Amino acid sequence: MRYGDAEILSDITLDLEPGHFLAVVGPNGAGKSTLFKVALGLVKPQRGHAAIFGHHAGVAPERIGYVPQLKTFDRSFPALARDLVVSGLRRRWPARTTTRERQLAREALDLVGAAGLAQRPLARLSGGELQRAFLARAIVRRPDIILLDEPATGVDFLAEHDLYDLLEGYQAETGAAVAMITHDLAAARYHADRVAVLNRTIHGFGTPEEVLCEPCLREAYGHQHHDHGLLTF
Amino acid sequence: MAELIDALSFPFMQRALIAGILIAAMNGLLGVFVVQRRLAFLGDGLAHAAFGGMGLGAFVVFVTGLSSVNVFLLQEPLLVAVPFALLAALGIAWVRDHTGLSADTVIGVFFAVSVAAGVLFFSIIPPDIEVGIDFFDILFGSILGVRQGDLVTIAVVTALSLALLIGLWGRIAYATFDDELARADGIRTRALEYLLFAVAAVIIAVSALVVGVVLMAAYLVIPAAGARLLARSLLQMTVISVIIGVLATVVGLLLSFVIDAPSGSTIVLSQAALFMLAAALARWRYGDASRAENRAS
Repeated sequence: MRYGDAEILSDITLDLEPGHFLAVVGPNGAGKSTLFKVALGLVKPQRGHAAIFGHHAGVAPERIGYVPQLKTFDRSFPALARDLVVSGLRRRWPARTTTRERQLAREALDLVGAAGLAQRPLARLSGGELQRAFLARAIVRRPDIILLDEPATGVDFLAEHDLYDLLEGYQAETGAAVAMITHDLAAARYHADRVAVLNRTIHGFGTPEEVLCEPCLREAYGHQHHDHGLLTF
Repeated sequence: MAELIDALSFPFMQRALIAGILIAAMNGLLGVFVVQRRLAFLGDGLAHAAFGGMGLGAFVVFVTGLSSVNVFLLQEPLLVAVPFALLAALGIAWVRDHTGLSADTVIGVFFAVSVAAGVLFFSIIPPDIEVGIDFFDILFGSILGVRQGDLVTIAVVTALSLALLIGLWGRIAYATFDDELARADGIRTRALEYLLFAVAAVIIAVSALVVGVVLMAAYLVIPAAGARLLARSLLQMTVISVIIGVLATVVGLLLSFVIDAPSGSTIVLSQAALFMLAAALARWRYGDASRAENRAS
């Protein structure tokens, strides 16, 4: 994967079993978001091919639930939280919703503890509530994997804590895999059971204990002159 | 009241009313996507591109010496205005995609170039040469001068554009909400956007010939902006936008007849009155929350 002359990603294979929680960490510009975009079929590789679930990326969008970064979202869009959730089900923006769609949206919102938000305009949701609505949108289609791009951005500590609880609860119930991009090494350590350290290529992939170690992070982040407190286990 | 009934008995008023309603309906529907995509300047840009196209058409006829004969091209300025606006629309999308400039900046460039070209073409034609296009009508419209043939053209364009926009509504709305999410769900948003720009070019060029280049943007933006203040969903916004556009056209046209004023002005002022009414209603119904919701846009 190239951007101009610079190589962004190359030679990446991540093997994630159902029920596992993967955190993708790495410095800014490491290609973390690009990796997700490739998996979603939004960005095509210049050479070789990208595959997920054994098929070309982008051919099975119904198997992936995607939660984008909240900061990229236009909150002035006239829509109810329920419309957002149904869009995940229908993969089109709903003009009107059916009884069945409303029921599934209600169940998904209920699952993320946001049943009361269905009729609320998106513009009137807090960061944490919006995060839940997007999560409900991702899970309403019962995906095999949920991809979250920096889910803690724009939400407070409690909302972030709730989010991880919800994800773990959903995983326990459905056996879905979860992959999230994060800059928070502590969150990666405590909530994920697999960590990929990325900087253009994979510098480490394994359990947090195996991967979140000083040599691996030094190699990926390129820091030579100071220590990260978080690196000590 | 008798005066209004009297007004509706004139065939030119009937044609104007039908043309105005059709134009308001398609612009009301298109305007929702234009406003939500923050492309309010697109109406102005493409209307002025149509103006440049008409200037080019007149110039070509003049230099080829056809101005003294009955030239079909000049009787049907749409034949030049529509392709010119279409090229401008696709050009705007292409330049934006390949330069990274914002849409409004690129529209501004095409707007200025189209106006400059149009003025240049028209200025070369000596004033005593009859080119079949009234400069004042181009700028400010001639809805009362709509002919039977124009009505057929407007009806066909309305039917086709409504069929496309309604048929693709779910996809266009999804891409308008978030391009990345729509693409992740298999929607070809780039192709869809080029199609939307092309439909916009045709709608705007046809509308501009009736309502005028200068007032065109109002038809596209004011009803949709008013609807945005009241709506809680995109479908609501679309319905309200069409209603405001159609209502303003009917009120404005009848008002122009009663007070003997230019119809383009009375229609746009009626739109503005309905916009203010919508703002007052939103303030009364939703209070400060409506301001907060719209501030981001």
